Amino acid sequence: MLLSDLKIQEKAEIKAIRVSGRQGRRLLDLGFIPGTIIKAIRKSPLGDPVAYRIKGTVLALRKEETDLIEIRRIE
Amino acid sequence: MALYADSLALNLLRKNFNISNDDNKPIIALAGNPNTGKSTIFNGLTGLRQHTGNWPGKTVGRAEGYFKYKEEEFLIIDLPGTYSLLANSTEELIARDFICFARPDLTLVVADATNLERNLNLVLQVLELSTNTILVLNLLDEARRKGIKIDVKKLEACLQVPVIPAVAREGLGLEEIKKTCYQISKEKIKIKGFKITYSREIEEKIEELIPLLKRKLPFLQKRINWRWLALRLLEGDKTILASINTYYPIYQERVNIFQKGEVQLDGFNQVWLK
Ligand SMILES: Nc1nc2c(ncn2[C@@H]2O[C@H](COP(=O)(O)OP(=O)(O)O)[C@@H](O)[C@H]2O)c(=O)[nH]1
Ligand SMILES: [Mg+2]
Repeated sequence: MLLSDLKIQEKAEIKAIRVSGRQGRRLLDLGFIPGTIIKAIRKSPLGDPVAYRIKGTVLALRKEETDLIEIRRIE
Repeated sequence: MALYADSLALNLLRKNFNISNDDNKPIIALAGNPNTGKSTIFNGLTGLRQHTGNWPGKTVGRAEGYFKYKEEEFLIIDLPGTYSLLANSTEELIARDFICFARPDLTLVVADATNLERNLNLVLQVLELSTNTILVLNLLDEARRKGIKIDVKKLEACLQVPVIPAVAREGLGLEEIKKTCYQISKEKIKIKGFKITYSREIEEKIEELIPLLKRKLPFLQKRINWRWLALRLLEGDKTILASINTYYPIYQERVNIFQKGEVQLDGFNQVWLK
């Protein structure tokens, strides 16, 4: 399952980042690290980007990026 | 104390960042994640002795100002708020280049005490680049309210830098920041600064790269942290070579030789070792 599949108000654990190099590093720097719990908070009016709560901060990611993050939904 | 010729060269280089410091005041960079209270601390330290503008050639705003402790006057520059120092955005590039090339005498990193884990990423990156670092643990009132307790002594021991608790909105911690800056500038405190040790494979590559870099870029001797530069090249970061070109333009040709294939985008290139 990808982060882009997570619905608003749902929670998940990050399993893997499917990109290396600078783009992967950027995601890690923003706190998208395997093992971290993430929650989808809200969508922007056009549906993209989506805001997530992660490590105590709300950050917005675009679909190009959320398609690169593998997750496991938490009930 | 730097040699006279060195400090002239450094002042010239700092002019690229619109820093005029002909009277050689200690320069302090203020770094931190967004919303950690950096501006509040900056205002608290400098009062009205500040002015704002943009970073040269960028639309990113910046503030600089002065504060005094005893007889010593410090010039402090507020860097853009960032989560990282790895040049993923204009803001990160500015912060990275300032610490790397303008070489502040000291970097204050402001961290949000309610969210230490996230903030420590930047702290470790700054420490990796520059040892003379102070950690300001701000928003401690919020942390207390949330029931978060931080063992400051232990954090100091782990990071091997001074850690100063602060509630900037109430002015708490500012005197301690000034005093610590003063003590460091007078070399009454020596900062060791924790450095990450990587896997053996990476450490071996660093060891291999450093002598090569020193040979190929001799003009950076004493002007760059070689270990840090080696790490950036291993990561495949090309922005650092572009920045070396920007700040050491007379050496452009040599750096271009690097860019044409000796160090490649994907990181370390074995061919280069031969
Ligand atoms: N509770 C509390 N709020 C603070 C403290 N320091 C700053 N703030 C507030 O945090 C917000 C962000 O501060 P600012 O200085 O603009 O952060 P910057 O983005 O890092 O420059 C402002 O509303 C400040 O008033 C503090 O120590 N405690
Ligand atoms: Mg600010």
